[in-house]
Amino acid sequence: MKYSVQIVGVGGQGVLLASMVLGNAAMKAGYKVSMSEVHGMAQRGGSVLSTLRFGDNVISPLECTGGADLIMGFEPVETCRSLSLGNKDSKILMNLDPVFPSMVAAGFEEYPDINELVSSVRKINLHVVTIEATKIAIDAGKAVAANAVMIGAVAATDGFPLSKDLLKETLMETVPEKFKDLNAKAFDMGYDSMKH
Amino acid sequence: MTDILAKDGKQLLLGNEAITRGLIEAGVKFAATYPGTPSSEIGNILETMADKAGMYFEFSSNEKVALETAAAAASSGVRSFTFMKHVGLNVAADPMMTLAYAGVRAGMLIMSADDPSAHSSQNEQDNRYYATLSMLPMIEPSTPQEGKDMIREGYKMSEELTLPVIFRTTTRVNHARSVVSFGTVEYSPAKGHFDKDDKRFVNIPAFAKLNRVRLLELNKKAQELSEISPLNYVEGSGDVGIITSGVSYTYVKEFTSGASILKLGFTNPLPEKKIAEFIKGKKYIIVVEELEPFLEDQVLRICAQNQLNVPVYGKRSGHLPRQWEFSPDTMKGISELIKVEEMPVPMAQCGVKLPGRPPTLCAGCPHRGMYAAAKKAMGNTDHVYCSDIGCYTLGVQPPFNTADFIICMGGGAGAAGGFSQATDQKAVAFLGDSTFFHAGIPPLTSALFNNHKIVMVILDNRTTAMTGHQPNPGTGRAFGNVNTEAIDIETMVKGVGVKFVETVDPYDVKKAVQVMKDALEYDGVAVVISKRACPLELKKQKKLVAKKCTVDTEKCIKCYTCLKMIACPALIKNKDGTLSADVTQCIGCGMCANVCPKGAISEVKQ
Repeated sequence: MKYSVQIVGVGGQGVLLASMVLGNAAMKAGYKVSMSEVHGMAQRGGSVLSTLRFGDNVISPLECTGGADLIMGFEPVETCRSLSLGNKDSKILMNLDPVFPSMVAAGFEEYPDINELVSSVRKINLHVVTIEATKIAIDAGKAVAANAVMIGAVAATDGFPLSKDLLKETLMETVPEKFKDLNAKAFDMGYDSMKH
Repeated sequence: MTDILAKDGKQLLLGNEAITRGLIEAGVKFAATYPGTPSSEIGNILETMADKAGMYFEFSSNEKVALETAAAAASSGVRSFTFMKHVGLNVAADPMMTLAYAGVRAGMLIMSADDPSAHSSQNEQDNRYYATLSMLPMIEPSTPQEGKDMIREGYKMSEELTLPVIFRTTTRVNHARSVVSFGTVEYSPAKGHFDKDDKRFVNIPAFAKLNRVRLLELNKKAQELSEISPLNYVEGSGDVGIITSGVSYTYVKEFTSGASILKLGFTNPLPEKKIAEFIKGKKYIIVVEELEPFLEDQVLRICAQNQLNVPVYGKRSGHLPRQWEFSPDTMKGISELIKVEEMPVPMAQCGVKLPGRPPTLCAGCPHRGMYAAAKKAMGNTDHVYCSDIGCYTLGVQPPFNTADFIICMGGGAGAAGGFSQATDQKAVAFLGDSTFFHAGIPPLTSALFNNHKIVMVILDNRTTAMTGHQPNPGTGRAFGNVNTEAIDIETMVKGVGVKFVETVDPYDVKKAVQVMKDALEYDGVAVVISKRACPLELKKQKKLVAKKCTVDTEKCIKCYTCLKMIACPALIKNKDGTLSADVTQCIGCGMCANVCPKGAISEVKQ
């Protein structure tokens, strides 16, 4: 068994925390885990990518181009930018809430229409699942819990090898005490949104 | 969740966390660094917990000082560690070259964190050549677990050879994360005594000549250790041989099959006999290593010296690239030589045009204000903006374009002196507070000494921001039971004799423009200190005063001066041309309000 997840987004969205939760859960399930992260410059509003690979015999911190079993996209444009990380059989979890790049905010560039982005991905991959993680997180109590929503959604993703209980338990161990309830709720709402 | 000090067990650790754990297990009692990606996290961890492990730790002014302090500790019998990014070792190379002649008494490791693909660096130099240049032994881990385990092995070697050992990593080891099993903690003393021995530690020519011979002999001994080192081993069998080291090993191991692998962890001096033995009888050899053909050229030499007529493939044969880091995909380059795992066809790019997302100065970053002011003051005057290494490097992007020449830490200030002499252009040097202490003082005194007409702008944001907010001499120190006062830059600059010194608040852009105008007109060395704390650092310390800006759309005449001058990511130009502040990003710094000609933007206390 070998499974690889490419987590893409923007600095500050909690990509690193999500990869830590999935990685720790994989370790607890007894798998070997190998990950790679981007530090430094990325904090300054740039794109971030975190690679997570786990299985019976993984050692490489990087995945081959096209090799992702799952692309976990925290931001729509970043998901589209990262399609070459996966192949036509990869699962794609696509958050639809955008984070505007600075040149878009200043009006020098346009942010594409979200529906157009989704349909362009659907044209090349039939396993795209969309989610409004930030919106769900706000319903759960706070926008910052969007990454817990995303982890909940991953738990519901077809063929994901780690169990819902294990992921939730690991998430609970990762977040500060005072945010446990919020994250638990956000996780469940993310999971449920995939199941109906 | 991560606990570097845990007694035992296993944890999912970042390479740099694993290395830090390795230091504790090896009983290291002295560590010094200047922050630099991809090595910085080690310093951030040690800042918070070195004292709990009985270890002294410091951020030195630069890498040279860091290496010198660690050298003194190891010469006095205290195990020491100094760590830096690859270009940092250029700064520290001077003491390292002669420290090799003197050697050490307790173990000492010098970590060079190289950055293939220059993820956060100005070049991708291959520091393995420093090992051959200095004749110091070198070890290279492939994974976080090895990163931890090799530290102890390195100290054993260092003490056996009485030489510092180079511990060379790359970004994909420092910033890889995997499961690491903890080991026991070794005891070693925290205080030592320097026993004088001028023949070793005073390298005047008469002694240096002898120490050169000593070093050559130790190099021979190191080679014997390399031959029997458990860090160099053969895996698998077959008539094709792969020789590899570092993170490249992981790609070979997981994505190729059918070859016999010689995995090298002790890479200077190389185990020449072991390599010759490995090559004997092979159909051919493939050398898989990132960057330069460091191993490959030595393997070719070993073949020649041992009359081995076995082809060697790699970079010299054109199968593997010399530029950029490797990945599993790189293995396709050797697919005609060895079985490489089939890789899926990647999805095509989606058909929609995507906006770029380059890293950018943060919302409310004080550098924005100072850059806006400098540009405004400069007007159409022909100029060269020399810049430096730090967040302010991002001034290279529009609308600022305030970086025309960047080479290294402190390099902009030195170059500005050269431009002012060799051209008739106005030379401005931007550098940060930490950079000023690192390498900005010599070019300042040199400019005074030689009467260069430069403006040095010290962007003092009260921290070493880009690498993750480490303290520096300008902030004072308050960790590890050591408390020191901040060194005041203005006093210091005045003290060396600069006559034009002005400190400005970059949030007051208008005032900063006037100061810059005066500085540009000044006939001599002018220093402008742009003083305002980094908002990210304030957020971390929970000291950021919550304020927001609001735009009065009635008053706004849509001239967009705010966007053109400050270009803050928190300022949003809406579809209808009106402006608004993004409340999730805006910190209410008021720079946009300061430059607005109609007073349409105001700061609101939250």
